[in-house]
Amino acid sequence: MNTATLATASSTHSYLDQLEAESIHIMREVVAECDKVVMLYSIGKDSSVLLHLAMKAFYPGKPPFPLLHVDTTWKFREMIEFRDRRAKELGVDLMVHINQDGVARGIGPISHGSELHTDVMKTQGLRQALDLHGFDAAIGGARRDEDKSRAKERIFSFRNAHHRWDPKRQRPEPWRLFNAHKRKGESIRVFPLSNWTELDVWLYIHRENIPVVPLYFAKPRPVVKRSETLVIVDDNRLPLEPGEVPQIKNVRFRTLGCYPLTGAIESTATSVEDIIRETLDSRFSERRDRVIDQDGSSSMERKKQEGYF
Amino acid sequence: MNIPVDPVSIARDAVIYNHEAKSLLRFIACGSVDHGKSSLLGRLLFDAGLVLDDQIDALRKDTGQLTDPVEDLDFSLLFDGLAAEREQKITIDLAYRFFATEKRKFIVADAPGHEQYTRNMATGASTADIALILVNAQAGLTQQTRRHALIAATLGVRHLVVAINKMDLVAYSQATFAAIEAEFLKFADRLGDVSSTFIPVSARGGDNVVKRSPHMGWYRGPTLMEKLETVDVTPRAANQAFRMAVQWVSRPTPDFRGYCGMIAGGEVRPGMEILVQPSGQRTRIASIVTANGELDRAGVGQSVTLTLTDDVDVSRGDLIAEGTRPAHVSDRLDARIFWMGQGTLAPGGRYHIKLGTASAAASIAGPMQLIDLAEDAAVKSVDRLMSNEFGTCRLELDRPLAADGYNQNRETGSFILIDAESHDTVAMGLIEVPAIAATATRGASAMTAVPMPRDLYKLFGINANQARSLAKTLSWRVMGSVVTFLVALLVTDNTAIASSIVVAEIVIKIAFYYFHERIWLLAPWGRS
Repeated sequence: MNTATLATASSTHSYLDQLEAESIHIMREVVAECDKVVMLYSIGKDSSVLLHLAMKAFYPGKPPFPLLHVDTTWKFREMIEFRDRRAKELGVDLMVHINQDGVARGIGPISHGSELHTDVMKTQGLRQALDLHGFDAAIGGARRDEDKSRAKERIFSFRNAHHRWDPKRQRPEPWRLFNAHKRKGESIRVFPLSNWTELDVWLYIHRENIPVVPLYFAKPRPVVKRSETLVIVDDNRLPLEPGEVPQIKNVRFRTLGCYPLTGAIESTATSVEDIIRETLDSRFSERRDRVIDQDGSSSMERKKQEGYF
Repeated sequence: MNIPVDPVSIARDAVIYNHEAKSLLRFIACGSVDHGKSSLLGRLLFDAGLVLDDQIDALRKDTGQLTDPVEDLDFSLLFDGLAAEREQKITIDLAYRFFATEKRKFIVADAPGHEQYTRNMATGASTADIALILVNAQAGLTQQTRRHALIAATLGVRHLVVAINKMDLVAYSQATFAAIEAEFLKFADRLGDVSSTFIPVSARGGDNVVKRSPHMGWYRGPTLMEKLETVDVTPRAANQAFRMAVQWVSRPTPDFRGYCGMIAGGEVRPGMEILVQPSGQRTRIASIVTANGELDRAGVGQSVTLTLTDDVDVSRGDLIAEGTRPAHVSDRLDARIFWMGQGTLAPGGRYHIKLGTASAAASIAGPMQLIDLAEDAAVKSVDRLMSNEFGTCRLELDRPLAADGYNQNRETGSFILIDAESHDTVAMGLIEVPAIAATATRGASAMTAVPMPRDLYKLFGINANQARSLAKTLSWRVMGSVVTFLVALLVTDNTAIASSIVVAEIVIKIAFYYFHERIWLLAPWGRS
């Protein structure tokens, strides 16, 4: 692979440059128009790109907002290590929020199922954190190509005081004119990567040499197979079913979430280039590997209305 | 990793290594409810090999077509969005789709066809390079089709791709195709500087979508995909004036002060003279800062941080404009308005205006006109605009703002109106060449600084360019007449005759000079 070629080519105005410029414009617009901004950092590849864009948007300064990670306590250990290391390297302000009420109730994906766990630890956890600090704008890494209902979501997506999304009352966004007006208690979710696709994200990571969690790269890991999904045995909290023996397989992840809810794929991709090749060859869209999206045909739309990011 | 060398892997590696050469095309797809837009877009993606297996599985479940051959699936359901829409079997909202071929990445604004959702179409068209307009070959041109073309052209879309669909239902008839093309072209005269391409397609059979149709040998033009991949969208205004609205002031350390923004027009270089508008302060660009290092030039669409050579007062909402070609500064705007609010837009209404990065309070002043999109843009005097109507009015602002005409620059010539109570975005505005300021404003640009009683020309009900022509005519006349009088007096030595000649000359020549000047205005030849 030839990084030098890519570096010189980046001075021209390609479509990735256009996506980058648009995302930077969106981030600067939020910061200028809102009082208290936070960037949701989920540690995944989209968050890595988002953080990289934020560093560029406010250069030579630092991003004028903190990062917020809503920790469900079931993330992969490598994700947490990566999160803390990156925040330190870049010198950005990182906040971690855990829904203590959920912890006290012992909510977990295995004991309570994916839907309740996600609702309590992720959706309600996020709402708690936003209310606690009074953030009126939260920047997130969602893309319109991820899901049918996201294809219609605005870049500045309005939430009422209860964090609900009303798909029938969305504000038109002509040109690049975003409307950040809101009442007290209401907030805006902002999606600078709206017009990016999964492939764009990987090409950009490749071009800009952006660090991502090592879980995206294949290596031998202990896994168990459950209804066509490969679940990694990341720590001893995963109860093994009778007769179940973890096998060592060469696997990696296309998306990262809570480890018992995120399926691995068998792969030999050990570099970003390999991942891009695999993505191009792949005949499956990425969210298939996340168990929660299979809860129902319109489940993402419903979760979003309830305040899931 | 060991990659075998085969054509597929070469094409795949081209995506990794050659994507820097790939361009971005934004287009809007519009069509009436039954013209087959979703089917056509679905077919476009399927034939281009861009629909994934699990999407096809989901499609089979949704349609109940569990065993039908894959080519016969109802691809329109690929684009079915919200559950609310599926329940009501209609498309409510503008959706964005993405796909990429080896040549281009496409961002598609998929606009619902219903008349009441004009707002979605206008929104999608505002950033589109081209418009894909669907026509049902059986139904021919409809009022909806004309409406879509009018909205697209109004919002500055310069290329229309007219896909005449359902050709299979008219026996692939060349005559039907030619008749629709001719009728559209006759109407297209009204759209101004817009080029149109006509493609006969069948979404159901995939004819001329990605693959050439075996049924229409008479058609020699490009397929839809070929057209989308090759249409030239380089900005026409190569010599556009530099514009950048200041989004945010960057002050990370006491000795750095940078102005962040996305370049909305032209090109900038260090050393270039600029004007900060509306304040009118003049200074120069010191440097163009980006995280990838300082640039020696930057152009339209780039997000940059500019530093200036002098310590001038610049804040969010100011426009940094080319020193020799500034924007207009005015507290009055004449504009064409798409009204999207629930109630009506009427004189006296008060709103927040967002123009570039600047905000102000705006009130609506008369007179108001409706541009009736259902009657090929017939203009009618009205006292208010109803929801989803398009018209013209004047806005009075509580402070002067810098702007261009929409025809000169889409970014600096557009605005939105925001309702002060609901905070909704209720209108899209397209600025006509700005009206001259009613009050003297600091740093008014050269074009607004008319050195005579500023509102005099308004008594004549004419616009600024005509007023300027008239002023030049009068000053030239006074000088010319004095000379004529003196010459006539020298030759005839008779004051009465000399006076008569001057009077006749004044009347005749004023009229001729005025028309001569207006005729010259029509000729762009020799202007810088």
